[in-house]
Amino acid sequence: MAERTFRVWRGDKTGGQFVEYKIEIDKGMVVLDAIHRIQEQKASDLACRWNCKAGKCGSCSMEINGKPKLGCMTRMNSFKEDEVITIKPLKTFPIIKDLVTDVSWNYEQNKRIAPLKLPPRPKDGKYRMYQRDADRVQEFRKCIECYLCQNVCHVLRDQHKKDKFVGPRFMIRLASLEMHPLDTEDRIEKIKNEYGSGYCNITKCCTDVCPEHIHITDNGIIPLKERVVDRFFDPIAILLHKIFGKKKSS
Amino acid sequence: MNQTKTEAHSTKFASTNRTDLWWLEPAATGFGFLCFVVYTTWAMFQAGYYYAAPYLSPLYSPVLMVDPSAPGAAPVAHAWFGTWPPWWPKFLPPSPAMLVLFGPLAFRLTCYYYRKFYYRSYFATPPACAVTALPQNNYKGETGFLLFQNIHRYTLYIAICYIFILAYDAFRAFFNHGQFGIGVGTVILVINVLLLAHYTFGCHAYRHLMGGRLDCFSCPNGKEHLGHNLWKKITTLNENHMFWAWVSMIWVGFTDLYVRMVSMGVWHDFNTWGH
Ligand code: SF4
Ligand code: SF4
Ligand code: FES
Ligand code: FES
Repeated sequence: MAERTFRVWRGDKTGGQFVEYKIEIDKGMVVLDAIHRIQEQKASDLACRWNCKAGKCGSCSMEINGKPKLGCMTRMNSFKEDEVITIKPLKTFPIIKDLVTDVSWNYEQNKRIAPLKLPPRPKDGKYRMYQRDADRVQEFRKCIECYLCQNVCHVLRDQHKKDKFVGPRFMIRLASLEMHPLDTEDRIEKIKNEYGSGYCNITKCCTDVCPEHIHITDNGIIPLKERVVDRFFDPIAILLHKIFGKKKSS
Repeated sequence: MNQTKTEAHSTKFASTNRTDLWWLEPAATGFGFLCFVVYTTWAMFQAGYYYAAPYLSPLYSPVLMVDPSAPGAAPVAHAWFGTWPPWWPKFLPPSPAMLVLFGPLAFRLTCYYYRKFYYRSYFATPPACAVTALPQNNYKGETGFLLFQNIHRYTLYIAICYIFILAYDAFRAFFNHGQFGIGVGTVILVINVLLLAHYTFGCHAYRHLMGGRLDCFSCPNGKEHLGHNLWKKITTLNENHMFWAWVSMIWVGFTDLYVRMVSMGVWHDFNTWGH
């Protein structure tokens, strides 16, 4: 048991302030536990979104000492003993109350993306997909939609380009579809012109914060950028595409 | 609780609630690269002491033309196009490095890793994660002026040629005046080309072109596509691309320094040729 100091941002879309809370921390606690204790002992109206407490629902995203993290996966013993812990809501999305932000913009982006389009069934009625192909797209499907990557991406966070760039989470969704061996939809033009692959400057903060350790930039965004180069910027690839004219490179 | 209300987040440049030394990495990498640029520029303008038989500095390779009057110059026989032309403007030193450095330079400057690091270190977009980026009125990313970054794969083709050229230089470093042998310089030149190859063949564009561009690694018959095999191998290098970028860059600088020091007679090269 040890007393620890928390500075939690309290407020709504009109503004707010930091409020300091001192509470006892037990061994093994995570930041989300501390927030629950604050709610229990000091501020029952402190708003915080959470669900699974197991790092799997992606609800408890917040900024802890300036770093975008899951509250339920950040252990109290990862801080120095006398460190004051500052907790803020995500910066990139509008605040509803205290630590809860409105992330609905993300769902809107998801709707803009054409879903998987399968070819007609083979004669025996069975689609086939091999493990090595599943492996590549599987990585992207680990996403828990915590939106920490969307929050940290400076294109959305600091440059306010939500109208130009769908953000890293949706770039990997696009990658998982484009690299799907059975998909027949072609999204490359939209990836460049509508989803804004060129706005990403591959500074990799999305990868740094992803709690699922998805290689968002290296395995998702850069390969998509290279596919855009194939289609729009590489004269040799463009020529080959014209001659062989396949809808998708397979 | 009656403090004045504020926004939760500041929009001021470099504002953050991070308590760690977030500025250390951009500062260190920014400084490290600057040192390399200063050294290479200096070495390029020396226009001499780039050859100490049988070693050729990688910054000066391939030697297109030679000014035989320069101290520590390569023999004219090494030059692809003979002696330095008399019409060369006087204000520019007759440095073979000047003719060839643009290739590796363009490759590194458009490399996805270097882009990451210099956008962070030199352009502060963003300086570090969750640290407010330099405000821009209309951020364009790589859609505006920086669109040229898309030529990266063409610079890769050039860089691959350099690997072969430097491998040949390393091979020649085993023969001094036709006599087979080995020296510390030989080892340094061999390590140099190996490190550069690890960097170059871990390139993201290479990974894409060799296999990543495929949507299906098992088509058309369920057997593993050759592209998948290559992609997997390149991926193992690509995962450490940053590491190879730095060690290969530092080693290139060191190799030049070694050849330069031996050529100037400051350092002694231990070798089997006995001089
Ligand atoms: S790598 Fe691209 S998508 Fe990821 S945070 Fe940086 S700019 Fe955003
Ligand atoms: S990609 Fe990672 S950081 Fe982004 S929403 Fe999914 S799990 Fe969260
Ligand atoms: S509560 Fe579900 S991820 Fe933290
Ligand atoms: S991505 Fe670094 S060399 Fe191509």
